This record gives sequence, C-alpha cells and structure tokens, in this order.
Amino acid sequence: MARVLRTLRRTAWQAIPTVIAVVVIDFFLLRLAPGDAADALAAESGSATEETMAALRAHFGLDQPAFVQFLSYIGNLLHFSLGFSPLYNMPVSRLIGERLPGTLLLMATALSLALLIGITAGVVMSMFAGRLTDRVLSVIALLFYSVPGFWIGLMLIVLFSVRLGWLPSGGAETIGAGLTGWPWLLDRARHLILPAVSLALFFIAIYARLVRASMLEVRDQDYVRTATAKGLSRTAVTLRHMLWNALLPVTTVAGMHVGAILGGAVVVETVFSWPGLGRLAFEAVLKRDFSVLLGILLLSSLLVIAVNVLVDLLQAWLDPRIALR
Amino acid sequence: MTLTRRQTVVGLGMVSAAGARAATPRQGGTLTLMIEPEPTSLVCFNTTGGPIIAVSSKVTEGLLTYDFDLTPRPELATEWQISEDNLRYTFRLRPGVKWHDGGEFTSADVAFSIALAKQSHPRGRNTFSNVTEISTPDKLTAVLVLSHPAPYLLYALAGGETPIVPRHIYEGTQADANPNNNAPIGTGPYRFREWVRGSHAVYVRNPDYWDKPRPYIDTLVVRFIPDASARVAALETGDVDLAAEIPLSELARLGSLPTLGIEYRGFEYTPGTTRIEFNLDHPALRDLRVRQAIAYAINRKVVLQTAWYGYGLEAPSPVSPLLPKFYDASVESYPFDLAKAERLLDEAGYKRGPDGVRLRLTHDYFPYGDGYRRVADYLKPALAKIGIAVTIRSQDFAAWLKRIYTDRDFEFTNHVMTNVFDPTVGLQRYFHSAGYRKSVPFTNAAHYSNPEVDRLLEAAAVEADPQRRHDQLDAFQQIVSRDLPGVNLVSVRQSTVYNRRVVDFTTGATGISGNLAGVYLTS
Repeated sequence: MARVLRTLRRTAWQAIPTVIAVVVIDFFLLRLAPGDAADALAAESGSATEETMAALRAHFGLDQPAFVQFLSYIGNLLHFSLGFSPLYNMPVSRLIGERLPGTLLLMATALSLALLIGITAGVVMSMFAGRLTDRVLSVIALLFYSVPGFWIGLMLIVLFSVRLGWLPSGGAETIGAGLTGWPWLLDRARHLILPAVSLALFFIAIYARLVRASMLEVRDQDYVRTATAKGLSRTAVTLRHMLWNALLPVTTVAGMHVGAILGGAVVVETVFSWPGLGRLAFEAVLKRDFSVLLGILLLSSLLVIAVNVLVDLLQAWLDPRIALR
Repeated sequence: MTLTRRQTVVGLGMVSAAGARAATPRQGGTLTLMIEPEPTSLVCFNTTGGPIIAVSSKVTEGLLTYDFDLTPRPELATEWQISEDNLRYTFRLRPGVKWHDGGEFTSADVAFSIALAKQSHPRGRNTFSNVTEISTPDKLTAVLVLSHPAPYLLYALAGGETPIVPRHIYEGTQADANPNNNAPIGTGPYRFREWVRGSHAVYVRNPDYWDKPRPYIDTLVVRFIPDASARVAALETGDVDLAAEIPLSELARLGSLPTLGIEYRGFEYTPGTTRIEFNLDHPALRDLRVRQAIAYAINRKVVLQTAWYGYGLEAPSPVSPLLPKFYDASVESYPFDLAKAERLLDEAGYKRGPDGVRLRLTHDYFPYGDGYRRVADYLKPALAKIGIAVTIRSQDFAAWLKRIYTDRDFEFTNHVMTNVFDPTVGLQRYFHSAGYRKSVPFTNAAHYSNPEVDRLLEAAAVEADPQRRHDQLDAFQQIVSRDLPGVNLVSVRQSTVYNRRVVDFTTGATGISGNLAGVYLTS
C-alpha cells in the first residue's frame, strides 16, 4: 500500500511539468490559427460593422496583447478557474461539466464493450488458430479495423433506426419525455447502444488481434505445458494461465487508447448528435473559442495521466514481477 | 345504426379533407424542429446569425411580421402610422401583453429595444441610424423620430431582425453578457424551459399568449444535429418534424417519401445571391476585360444544375430574383460565350503560353455547406477552357474570413450576398466604397469604388418616393453589372423539409424562423 501511495505521489509531481507544458504550448499554438472568435462569431452572424467587431473583441478580451491574455489565463488557473467562454456566455468549467458525463459514459461503455468482445474473440481465435472460426473472425476484425467509424455509425443508423425502427437515430435521451426510474435507464441505454458500438468496433478489432497473438505466444511456454501436464482442463489453462499473461499487452494498449477514444468520440458524437466533450472541442476549434479548447485539452491531459497511473497499478497487480518505481 | 370503427375513420377523413384549414387546429403534442449549427445564444438582439434568429423568434417577438410578399402585419404593434414627411413613425402597441415572468409589456420596452438594436445589432446600426428620438407618449404608443426618411425601416421590425426584449431585465446591464441571452424571457408563444448544449433546447406552450387559443402545441423541442446524413436519417425516422438545413442531394428523395414534404416558401425575408467576387487590387483582375472573360466563360445553367441541384434561379444581378420588388432583370448577364472570352483575354494581353495557360489564379471558396465547393469544382475546368489555370484553396470559416476581409490575401472567391428584405440594408455594404473596411466580414472585399454607385446607394437609402427609389436601385444594378466587381451566379432556393403531420408552420416571409404560433400537429 505504501508502495502504491509513493507511486501516486511521484506521478503527481511528474504530472505538473507535463500539465504546464500542455498549457503553455497549447495557448500559443492555438494563436497560430488564422482568425479569432470575433471572426468566427461574425461569420455565423452574416453581417457585422467595425463597431460590433470591436465590441466583440473587447468583450472576448481579444483586444489585449497575447502575453497579457496568457497571464490572465494562468491567473485564472491558479484560482482553479478555467476561465469564461464569451461565445457561450458561461464559465468554461460549467460548459465542460455539462458535457463530461456524456463523454465518459460513452467512452467507458465503448471501452468495456471493446475489451469484453475483443478479448473473447481473441481467445476464441487463438483456440481455433488457423481453422475456419479463426479465419472468419479475422476477416470480421479486419473489416472493423479498416472501415471508418463515421461510416459504420451512419450504416447502423440506416439499418437500426431508419429501416427497422428499433433504436433512436441520435441524441442521448428522449427529449421532453420526463422519464424516471427504469424506463429512464432503458431509454438512456437504447440511445447509448449505437454510438457505443460504432466507437467500440475499431478497438474490438485491435484487442482481438492482440489477444490472439499473445495467446499464441504464451501457448508454447513451459508453464503452460506444466499446467497441462498437471492435468488441468483446457479451459482452466486457457483462462487462468494463458489469458492472465496475455492481458498485459492489452492493458498497455488500452491505456494508450483512452486518448484515441477521446479523439474518436468527436466523430461518433457528431454522427449521433451525442452531447459530449469531443464535439465541444471540435466546435471550439471552428469557433476559435480557445478558453473552452484549452480547458478541454487540460482536462484530457489530466485524464490521460490518470489513466496511465491506473494502468501502471493494474499491471503491477497482473504481474508482480513488474516493479512499481 | 351502429357506426363501425372503420366508418368513423372514413367519415372523419372526409371532414378533414373538406375543411382542411378551416377545421379547428388540434391542441397538444410535441413538435421537434431541427436547427443547424447550434446557436451560441438564444436572443438575437446583437446578431444576424440564422440559427439564433430561428430560436430567438419563438420567445422574443417583433413589432411586426410579414406576408410572403413582405406586406407588414401586426405582431406586438397593432397599428402604425408614418407621417407625410416620412420622418415620424407612430406605433400603437398591443394591450394586455405580458412578459413570461408576469411583467407588463409597454412602450418602454419598445423604446429600449430599438435603442439597443441601434447600438448592438449588426444591421440595426444602419437601419436605425436616422432615428434621432424614440418617445413614449403613453404606455401603448411608441414614436420614432427620424432625421431623414428610411424607406426600409418598416420592413426591419420582424422579431428575428429587431427583437423586442424585456427592458426590466436588460436595463443597466451589459447586454452581451446578460443571463437572459441563455434563458430568455419574452412575449412569444413559447416559454424557454432548458438548453442542453450540444443536444437540444426545450420550449413549452405559453398559456398566457396574447393570441389565444394559440399556440396549439404543448412542447417545442429544438434539436441540434451536426452531421448532415444524421439529419436526413432523423427526418426519415420521424425523430425530427421540421428542418431547413438539408443537403440538396437528398431533397428530392426525401420529398418523395410518403411521410415527408418540402415547402419552398418562408424564406422571402432573407433572399441571397451567390456570386464570384474579384480582388480588384490584383494586377490581372484589375483589367475589366479579364473579369468579363471570366463572366463569359461561366455557364449559370450548369452552375445551377451541378452545384445547387437545380434548386434556385439564375441571378445575373446583385439583387436576387427572389426579391422581385427590386430585381432588375434587364442587367448585362454575360451569356455563355467561350470565343468572346478568349478574344477578351487576347485583347487584354494574356496570350496562351506553351502549356496553353494564359493566367494562373487561386480561388478561395466560401466554406459553408458543400455548394460553394462544388461551384469551385466547376470553375476550375470551366476557366481552364479559356486558358485560366485555377488552383482551389480550402480553409475553415474563420480562416476564410480573415483571408478575404482582414488580410485581403485572395484573388477571387465565390460566396453568398444576403440581400435580406431591402437592398439598402443587405447590399449597400458590398458595393459602397465606404464598405471597403478591413477586417469587417461580408463587406466590399473587392475594393470596388464608383462614385456614381455611391451616390445612387446613398440616395436610395433616404428616398421616400417608391418609384424614384426603384429607378435609383435599377441604375445601381445596371452599373454594377457593367463594372463587374463580381459575377453574380445563382439565387439558391431554400426549403423546409416537413413531416406531413405538421400544419401551418410556414405562414409568412420568415417561415419556420418565425414564431411558429400557429403551428399544429394532426397526430
């Protein structure tokens, strides 16, 4: 336990320079994009005058020099404030807070789905390596791997919403239905299925192939032979001895995928009009609303750091030989 | 006789068929309207952005509303009078109107809102620039006093253009940051309930609306669906009842579905003209003959059919043919003529090089929807025929604006000029030499300057006599079409895709961007 705490403390110290670098680089990098929030807002507005443009820039604080804007942003951060989005006319933390649960739910569901199905498929493939079942699953995995997520999403909508009418075509819940309790949960689940599946498919393919490969790798190891020689059943050997070790690379890759899933969420959230963080980030880029974007980037980097710590701990648990430094 | 269920249904069907509109509208139900992109605010006093206008109007109304031919009709004003000298506008306001928080609507709100529009609205600054005084002799009378006539003023009073906001909420605050912008209070048929960013906004029926028994529906849901294909799917599944931003490539198929229909009316308040705009400071494009050659090399019919799927009208003049009151059809239209185009380029001294190229130009299309990119895709081969090699450059919206209006680092672009309801309000900024102002979007990016055009536009802005004003605006269209700071292409016909269970959603010039007070559902 003391070991775990020490690790956590050390990671926290290491996270600080990372976060500072993220903030500084992002802040000045974003300013390289042509145009500012006033331009973007005026674009939406369709007509503007010198006076309204000047008023917008003053309102957004864009009339200040970049360095002054940076200092005031750092000042906000030191007060644990992510600043104010003039475009949305509300604090960035509230804006992100509204969207974060949606994205976390989508990510968690998709990642769980991907791990569950991917690992199962990988185990099945390795058990039947080279035979028909393996071949068929391989082709399906290849398909999931190569077809873009937005297209899968749209095809799922066409099939399950437009043609069959089984599932809603988008959104996170039935709006204005005022549901509570079980019907509410069921409604949320129905809305979650298609986006989570479209987000998960790519990762199912990766985990399936990864697990298959590592299972085949450990299959011929001495300890597996020993286990079989002990007279353990094939299932026990596969699950207890082989899979346990094959999970190590999966945890490493899945940890790295948290960032990728956050990126993939932009596309899925767009296709399914899912009110999440990815979509907010995308809109913030288009609208040059950098206070929102910086907030999301900061939060995402913290999220990735946290997940990496979790993966470290998880691996140490899976394989005690891995020392926590 | 006992009526069977079947007979009853048939009988009802006959009744409703016979008296379709005369029948009492059905009360109740939830209507889902789709708007794209998601608005950044829910009140449009400081913006002309389409999505914001569309949501704003459901809560925040205007003094007037307009028929399809732009004839004014009463909304919050019941009567209006314009003095003989056109310098005094007197509005009688509707009595007994309440704000959603229970406060009384009075002339003080009108005076405050018009002053706010004059100060904060991108077009209102010009629309109300001649207004020197707004007086409120009594609670239900508002008088605008003008220094010069403003012939367009009476047409700028729709809820989406000059919204009447509650003075008691905005007074003494910084209007741009007022919380009311995100949770509005108004006089309109729908009360704001919630706004879940990235997903939807919910409005509920205002039981105290001044035009009882309207509104008929209980709940109005406004959904934001960013992906175009998902928007189409949502219409097909019935998740969405009304939508305007639908890909043109899908319109015909959607219209042929039994549950859906297409309405082309309801956009008369905001017609526009798509066009090419030249940078007149570019050495080659400064030469009128080069611009004429480009104009002759473009076939508007093909642009209309390929880039806009035939939805629209060919538009040779800056004034849209969809604004018939001011459109001059007799302007020089540069009919498609490649030989003439080549001759003009020869005369201008741009001979074909060994690779057949006379001139290389870069084109920046307007990054909004797919239509302008398709126009660019047409221009490249079309201009290659006369020896102009075009490089197409893509960028996002904010980058395009900065390039065209702030940096002016462009050669030619294709975009849309919104005419709105009057050329003075919509077009003057594009052609008056004073409209050449760096870093202000949608202005005179060409750097076009013709003193005669300036004079005509200025005269038309204060001309009270309709016939004289008409002549001035005709002369303006003639000169601009000869000077060719841009080539006008097509007026795109906008449309609303609707579920057939929705009735009376388009009853005037603002269509589904109006207040939707009269809309009802048949099932």
